[in-house]
Amino acid sequence: MRRRRRRRPRLWRVTILVLAAVFFLGPQVSALRYSFVQSNGENGLGNYTQLFHDSALGSSLVTSLEIAALTTVIMLALMLPTVVWVRLRLPRLAVVVESISVLPIVIPPIVMAAGLATLQSHASAQISSVIFTSPLTALTPFYVILAMPFAFRSLDVGVRAIDLRTLVDAARNLGAGWTTLLLRVILPNVRTAILTAASLTVALVLAEVVISETLLYDTYPVELVNTGQNLVGVAVALSVLSLAVTWLLLYMVSFIGNRDASRARIGRLL
Amino acid sequence: MRRNRRLTRSRAKWLAPIACAVALPIAAVSASGAVNWSNVTSAKAGGGFAALVKAAKAEGTLNLIADPLNWANYGEIISSFSKKYGIKVNDVNKLGTSQQEITALQTLGSQSRAPDAVDVGQSYALNNASLFAPYKVQTWNLIPAANKAANGTWANDYGGYVSIGCNTSIVKVCPTSFADLTNPAYKNDVALDDPPTTANSAFSGVWAAALANGGSFDNITPGITFFQKLHQIGNFVETPGLAGAITAGQTPIVIDWDYNNAATAVANKGKFKWTTAVPTDASFAAFYAQALSAKAPHPAAARLWLEYLYSATGQNLWLKGLSRPVELPAMIKNGTVNKTYLKALPAVAKPAKYPSLAQVTAAEAVVAQQWASSQS
Amino acid sequence: MGVAPFAVYVALFLGGPLYEVIYGAVTTTRGSLTWFNFSQTFHQPYVGAFEESLKLALLTSLIGGVFGLWLACAVVTAGPRSPLRRIVGSGAGVLAYFAGVPLAFAFIAALGRYGEATKLLQDIGINLNAGSFTISSLTGIFLCYVYFQVPLMVLLIIPALEGLRPEWHEAATGLGASTFGYIRHVAAPVLAPALIGAVLLLFGNAFAAYATAYALVGSSVNLVPGWIQQLISGNVLVDENGIGLALGVEMIVVIAIVMVGYAALQRRATRWLQ
Repeated sequence: MRRRRRRRPRLWRVTILVLAAVFFLGPQVSALRYSFVQSNGENGLGNYTQLFHDSALGSSLVTSLEIAALTTVIMLALMLPTVVWVRLRLPRLAVVVESISVLPIVIPPIVMAAGLATLQSHASAQISSVIFTSPLTALTPFYVILAMPFAFRSLDVGVRAIDLRTLVDAARNLGAGWTTLLLRVILPNVRTAILTAASLTVALVLAEVVISETLLYDTYPVELVNTGQNLVGVAVALSVLSLAVTWLLLYMVSFIGNRDASRARIGRLL
Repeated sequence: MRRNRRLTRSRAKWLAPIACAVALPIAAVSASGAVNWSNVTSAKAGGGFAALVKAAKAEGTLNLIADPLNWANYGEIISSFSKKYGIKVNDVNKLGTSQQEITALQTLGSQSRAPDAVDVGQSYALNNASLFAPYKVQTWNLIPAANKAANGTWANDYGGYVSIGCNTSIVKVCPTSFADLTNPAYKNDVALDDPPTTANSAFSGVWAAALANGGSFDNITPGITFFQKLHQIGNFVETPGLAGAITAGQTPIVIDWDYNNAATAVANKGKFKWTTAVPTDASFAAFYAQALSAKAPHPAAARLWLEYLYSATGQNLWLKGLSRPVELPAMIKNGTVNKTYLKALPAVAKPAKYPSLAQVTAAEAVVAQQWASSQS
Repeated sequence: MGVAPFAVYVALFLGGPLYEVIYGAVTTTRGSLTWFNFSQTFHQPYVGAFEESLKLALLTSLIGGVFGLWLACAVVTAGPRSPLRRIVGSGAGVLAYFAGVPLAFAFIAALGRYGEATKLLQDIGINLNAGSFTISSLTGIFLCYVYFQVPLMVLLIIPALEGLRPEWHEAATGLGASTFGYIRHVAAPVLAPALIGAVLLLFGNAFAAYATAYALVGSSVNLVPGWIQQLISGNVLVDENGIGLALGVEMIVVIAIVMVGYAALQRRATRWLQ
């Protein structure tokens, strides 16, 4: 029985994997063929290079990437210490914090957007000119909220997988302050979790349409929808491209990880 | 979501002109001699067209809102304006609605990213004239009296007719009237460009269907019944007839403004031929209205924009997009119209009349309440 | 003390908008308190919209939950370092956010009248177009929702599945239980809270979604978020913004109930999976 390490493929596994492959890849492949028909009617990769020709698309992509980067930084700065603190000192509060962090998944985007729009209109002129002029400052704080659910989960999973207590005690005994503790002791040990949280945050920022549109910011996903109203092929090409790139990113992140494979307890998010 | 533009020609004279327009001084020159363009009501009053151009170039930016680039050729109008005067144009929320434009004016006011000018449905212009600054363009006299506010707070810019667009590769014989649409040959073919509960173009489509089926400006129900019948016999496709669905062949017949169907034809030129026809049994048309924000952050650029739109160049560009510019009758008379573009306009069986603001409001309420249940 | 920054941040940036929504729902444009907005929501078509939204959410969360669990199991049993695990894991993260217009278009491209899958099926003799099937219907919405519900389920349940210690399986089989017995008596009870919690999240997710439904069938399907969108930024002239916000508050109440259930289940789940 031990000679062959590979199990016989079980029917229940093969069935779902085949079903999943067909169901999830099928529509993408079907949409893909529209991306190869250019505006002039010929086949080719013109739709894919449109990103470089269309200045609105290009500049909005830059803006959205900036927002994604800032959101990720703020999210990590906010969530990692919180997760560590909760696991370390207040484990009973964990459920409460997690439940709150999950709220953004289930609050309808349009409701959030409506509240934000009203908030913006009630803001004083000074606040408005400082915060609401640029999407970078206006959207980022709220995107952090939107990124919370999966950020919290992945960071929490990562933190729970390491022996937090021991690490912290050892570091504190050696005289480390809280900042050193976080940055130089804990952070390197939860690299996967951080990178996962970061990738998911980027995926979210590059897909969020409702709030940016309501608040009148032309971010990349909004411009993508605009393009789709006219240049269907370009919109499909870019959406498939974003999908593929983010998928690749997350896939590569899964390789940077905790060592022990036999420690099946490690519940990674990926 | 598509823009929804509400358009009605106003017969409601009881909506009095807003006082601010009348009270403003003609010459708005401050003590130091520099012109405050926010108060200028015409190019002449500001010191001449050349002065306007100079001031606009100095401002360097124009904020627009809810102008899809393929809507009545807005893309070319914006880019040609930007190139001609070297002014950067920010066109945000391209798929926005008239309501969102008004809300933006109210919430953003004079902030640097607030809209300078808006293009809204007629009833929105009528209801919100207090948000606008009065300004009469140089070609003001070419605009028919019924298509503008006497005090200059708004003016119609372009309009179009409800039309039936058709993919000739999929549909062998394209329909030319609402009655045609009930033909079983069109099973799973017919769509509106957007839900009539949100988009003005589709709402107008329902109203046009009402007119073709015994309805009137006071009774839009026959239109809802018509689409219910289409749904029951299996001819109606629930998917909004927007670019993706059209290209994928899911909505081979789309009811939309004629200039939008014309844009669809251009977008799908390499793939299939898309025709546009104004239905023979109902002529429903509407104009949109252009207005300046009273708190425009770039008042000179905004005024120059209006001058451009109402110049022969601007109006002809709208004609190129197959919409009917408001100065069309005058331009035909004095020969400034582009004859090639004019010839391409879809033929109209009978001239359109326009519902009043009250009729529009009532009809919208009916559609909002009844549409979803009629389609279930 | 350590959670103070988190609490303050959430209060400000999540609480802020929520406060505005609640405030707008209970006040008139002039600022006086009113029950009008809420009273309107207890009539048709809003009641019907709630029914439709709840039905759709329930159905897609159950189906998404079942298939998501099935897929997650198949992937987890391949081992944490297997390529399958990595590919599906990362794919789930990406596809959970794939919704709205691109998703609707992908399904139209696949199963629409001239879709690839439609044509393939026609080649083998199944003509979708001849029957009453159309992607432009509730069925289409259902398929699209499942498309992001299943990945979400996979994302949520994999950590729980990987928390099942192999020692438990070994102990169970050592005591004479079959794999099925292990699943029934050990794994299932341990996983149950996490499972139900995940399905609750899926429910909330589907309940709140709208962009995909809109792109596929416009507003012909009566859903609550659609009404909110229409009332807040649509073209009805009368100021019905307040009704939209009232609907929003009601949605949040539904969600809150869901979340209370979720929190309670999570408490039980953490007890087992420490």
